[in-house]
Amino acid sequence: MVIEKPQKNTTHIRESLGDRVFLTFVYVILMVVLVLVLYPMVYVFSASFSSPLAVTSGKVWLLPVDFTLHGYQVMLGDPQIIQGYANSIYYTFFGTIISVLMTVTVAYPLSRPKLYGRSFLMFLITFTMIFSGGLIPTYLVVKDLGMLNTRWALILPGAVAAFFVIIARTFFQLNIPEELAEAAELDGCSDLNFLLKVVIPLSGPIIAVLALMYAVGQWNAYFDALIYLKSLSLQPLQMVLRSILILNLSSSGSVDAATLIKRRELADLLKYVVVVVGSLPVLIIYPFVQRYFVKGMLIGSIKG
Amino acid sequence: MSIIRSQAASQQSPERETRQYVSRRRIALKSLRRYWQLYLIMLPALLYFIIFKYIPMVNAVLAFKDYNMVLGIWASPWVGFRYFTMFFNNPVFWTLIQNTLGLSLYSLLVGFPIPILLAVFLNEIKDGLFKRSVQMVTYAPYFISTVIMVSMIMLTLAPRLGVANIALSGIGQKQINFLGIPEFFPSIYVWSGVWQFSGFSAIIYLAALAGVDPQLYEAAKVDGASRIQRIINVDLPGIMPVAVILLILNVGNMLGVGFEKVYLMQNPLNLGTSEVIATYVYKVGLLNSNFSFATAVGLFNSVINMTLLVIVNFFAKRVSETSLW
Repeated sequence: MVIEKPQKNTTHIRESLGDRVFLTFVYVILMVVLVLVLYPMVYVFSASFSSPLAVTSGKVWLLPVDFTLHGYQVMLGDPQIIQGYANSIYYTFFGTIISVLMTVTVAYPLSRPKLYGRSFLMFLITFTMIFSGGLIPTYLVVKDLGMLNTRWALILPGAVAAFFVIIARTFFQLNIPEELAEAAELDGCSDLNFLLKVVIPLSGPIIAVLALMYAVGQWNAYFDALIYLKSLSLQPLQMVLRSILILNLSSSGSVDAATLIKRRELADLLKYVVVVVGSLPVLIIYPFVQRYFVKGMLIGSIKG
Repeated sequence: MSIIRSQAASQQSPERETRQYVSRRRIALKSLRRYWQLYLIMLPALLYFIIFKYIPMVNAVLAFKDYNMVLGIWASPWVGFRYFTMFFNNPVFWTLIQNTLGLSLYSLLVGFPIPILLAVFLNEIKDGLFKRSVQMVTYAPYFISTVIMVSMIMLTLAPRLGVANIALSGIGQKQINFLGIPEFFPSIYVWSGVWQFSGFSAIIYLAALAGVDPQLYEAAKVDGASRIQRIINVDLPGIMPVAVILLILNVGNMLGVGFEKVYLMQNPLNLGTSEVIATYVYKVGLLNSNFSFATAVGLFNSVINMTLLVIVNFFAKRVSETSLW
């Protein structure tokens, strides 16, 4: 992209009227897209800092009205949320380590051209993207392994994604020349040593991409927790968020209508707060890691 | 290849067949001795695929058996296609197919062209702050979790306090319970998906556009092609291969409407259009413990998806010379 730019500018034929109209149209459309995508996020953010009354009466439309941190104070004192956070950090941390390790250790050998059986193994892995046994048969495997309602159930059953194995293998094929491996072999370097001392140091970008993809996937997932976990103390953040946001399971009792409305308003404010708090970790790291995601998509698109 | 070769060999002479077999085994052994460390480190992931992907495929025979928790999968009695017929004769069958296919087609029709348009438009404008801002902002929703996404939809469309309804009453209109009206469900599902994923899906097309030979643009310019003509004649052919691959993958997943988002968006009022195969399997199988029936439904789903993928891939190969395999 950087290389092609000066070439584009060299022939500066004056743009025709039609072209200029079209370009203006493109800018307008993109402006509209920008606003449409940005606005809901800004709104939620602002609403979470506003008084419940201002939100429900429609006074908040861009910036916070009657600024308050009340929602956040209530939220951060909620043991359920804290527990969910702690659990999610646990699952994301260990899950990502296991996933990346297994992906790299299977993708690298499969990138070596002379490894016997590699196309068969590759087919075996790719086939799982096309066909699956289904929900119940997988559930029964997890059950038979005794992993129901344990932390393992969130880490192992989804540990390796076939798609990421393909991406990683493509990366190794393109970046680690076979000559290098052969030269190392002549020097008496074992395959394992070569992987540790040469391949991994040269593979920073792909390892970063894998770690980020797996981490975000693990942080955002709720499905495995829904089917495999029963204990409240094991639930990841997304399940806690689900019970607060979608199932409306905040405490209530028999109270008079006025208190009920007041509570309803607070509950709604809390939802905005919970949305912000729940997506905060990902949104904080997002600007820094954005380019890695883009890079990951590019590596993957070279040959899917 | 090797199968064809050994077949040819067996036609010639049995002697040669044995020799071929021995030499292949020798190559395998040699590779094993040479690369034993690499085979060893592959084991965890290979075991993973066998345990969590292939054993479930074998377990799927459950669909043809009457599952008995005490006897286990293998000792349970065979019932043939009973659960499949049960599913096909179930009044819910056509609703499920209709809802699942409907959501897929709608998603495809809207969700497929929009990222392409976005990428082409982004490619038209100069690199700079504006372009980078649009990219950064449109990628961001991809990282929002399904739970958060659905609750944002619910907060926006909530009956009394949601922004949409506050706006409606602001202009003197009657309030609408958007999520309670079955006819609205597909649109809410699809367009919120467009909002969340278009930016990120555009990345792949932007990459393809960056790979288009700049000389093609130059030549087109010299020939007096307008911007729109350049898009149609240079950009679109440039991203065609990528688009075809993504289209194949999408069609291959026609009946695989994701469980996560649909399930969270469901409520008793909109079930008529929001019940899809994946959510049905979950409810019948895990909530009602009807294992065999749910497995049959899931298997039906997988087989249809795979068949669609093979068919679409076949046509793509003939029409555009781009295909998955």
